[in-house]
Amino acid sequence: MDLLDFARGPALTFALAIFVGGTLWRLFGVLLLPRLRDLSLPREGAPAPLAGALRTIARRMWPRREFAQATLFITLNSYVFHIGLAVVVFGLAPHILFIRQLTGLSWPALPSNLVFGAGVITLFALVAVLARRLLHPVVRLLSGVGDYLSWLLTALPVATGLLASGHLGARYETLLALHVLSIAAFLVWFPFGKLMHAVLFAFSRGATGIRFSHRGVNV
Amino acid sequence: MTELLGASLRERGISRRALLQYATYMASLLALPPSAAAAMADGLAKARRQAVIWLSFQECTGCTESLTRSFSPSLEDLIFDFISLDYHHTLQSASGEAAEAARRQSMQDNKGKYVVVVDGSVPIGDGGVYSMIAGQTNAAMLAETVEHAAAVLAVGTCAAFGGLPEADPNPTGAVAISKLVSGKPVINIPGCPPMPQAMAGTIAHILSFGTLPELDALGRPRAFFGESIHDRCYRRPFYERGLFAKSFDDEGARQGWCLFELGCKGPVTYNACATQKWNGGVSFPIQSGHGCIGCSEPHFWDRGGLYKPLSAGTTDVRKVIGIAAVAGTALGAASAALARQRAATNAKES
Repeated sequence: MDLLDFARGPALTFALAIFVGGTLWRLFGVLLLPRLRDLSLPREGAPAPLAGALRTIARRMWPRREFAQATLFITLNSYVFHIGLAVVVFGLAPHILFIRQLTGLSWPALPSNLVFGAGVITLFALVAVLARRLLHPVVRLLSGVGDYLSWLLTALPVATGLLASGHLGARYETLLALHVLSIAAFLVWFPFGKLMHAVLFAFSRGATGIRFSHRGVNV
Repeated sequence: MTELLGASLRERGISRRALLQYATYMASLLALPPSAAAAMADGLAKARRQAVIWLSFQECTGCTESLTRSFSPSLEDLIFDFISLDYHHTLQSASGEAAEAARRQSMQDNKGKYVVVVDGSVPIGDGGVYSMIAGQTNAAMLAETVEHAAAVLAVGTCAAFGGLPEADPNPTGAVAISKLVSGKPVINIPGCPPMPQAMAGTIAHILSFGTLPELDALGRPRAFFGESIHDRCYRRPFYERGLFAKSFDDEGARQGWCLFELGCKGPVTYNACATQKWNGGVSFPIQSGHGCIGCSEPHFWDRGGLYKPLSAGTTDVRKVIGIAAVAGTALGAASAALARQRAATNAKES
């Protein structure tokens, strides 16, 4: 069994099992926790809980005006690499085939060169966010090993994917194997670090929205 | 046998010009500089006919068919003027003890100088009883024949990497030739079947320069196996544009779009099919509408299915994912239940 066979076979199977099992463990572990009961009457004009939740989820996609200037770089840069990651993950034909194999879902692919360009921009944005984490004294103080590991395991699939697409540095099958292995590492780490925000962000924002809208606070 | 090839070819009406043309063709196939063509022609003219013993083990004769029926009139036919094929099951007229006597006679007459070509893998399971010739196991015949050989050419994927006989579950214990030969140079010319130009070019290189051609990490001549099918595929622009055939008879297939989604293994397959092509340069599998199956790579039978896209995993993960989902949900529910129990205990205590 060579490296590519190992990556496409046992490594990917193990990683997907950890990813699915770990994500559901975290998700149900949170959703089934006892909830604090709020016995107060809702403030007059307060939206329904679901509406309050959805409004906060949407509202927090962009910072409030008073914070906009201070968070402009991190907001824009985050949008760049999140959209870039979405284009790369869901736009490239080989990725769609991978998802189709798992879920049966499929959609038209974007041109490979366009996805390659999105990948390059994404990688630059990821480097920028790492630089900020390292250079900003407060953010650096707040950063732990898990934060750097999450960054590394997000950036590695992008970097190895670009190298494989460009046939740079090694033979294609070696680069493809490293790319698949880097994705496997990402999937294994996903449930246990802050990457889990991709699933939990909606629930945490929604819970905040329900709590505050009940009290008539628009957040 | 001792006559120089140049004199022999002149006697057969093959002029120096024709020999130069052949040498130029071979030099270009081998990616040698133009100046090498004359040196190659001189080397061939001064060479003596190379004794070749061809052993066929666990094989389908497709390799021989490929080499002898490449196209007609064949430049590859010329190679048979350069070599003395002293033993070959399919092509020789002798049979039985006479055939084996011819093999041993050639080994004795050309001790240390003959080349052994092998097609087919060798079964070593259960003492090698699954394939025997003239009362000898394949492994024993190989060991006897290569003992005084100058070099060994493993022709076809079965000989080079084990091929179909070695595919899971490999009931006969089939192995590649390189696993059984030590102390001799082994050149792998894989393919199912291998390209005739690769075979002819490798022999021409050995005859002309007296050295082995440059090989890659898998023992394959770089001149023929240095680039992937994908890199030289005429459908590559469609891959770049994201245009893929979804089935073998859809509009995309008719338009000649990329066959990646239909399982083409071109990106991880190294061979010269896309450039040299088959049947005199007429076509190759992808041009005929079928994806590359990766036949010149090790274990190509066991790499997750010929029609499964390269980016998909090689195993069916649905069962594993199902078990993981159930386990994860149960674990999450158990964690929450524990938290509730702890909260209730704390409430009672306070």
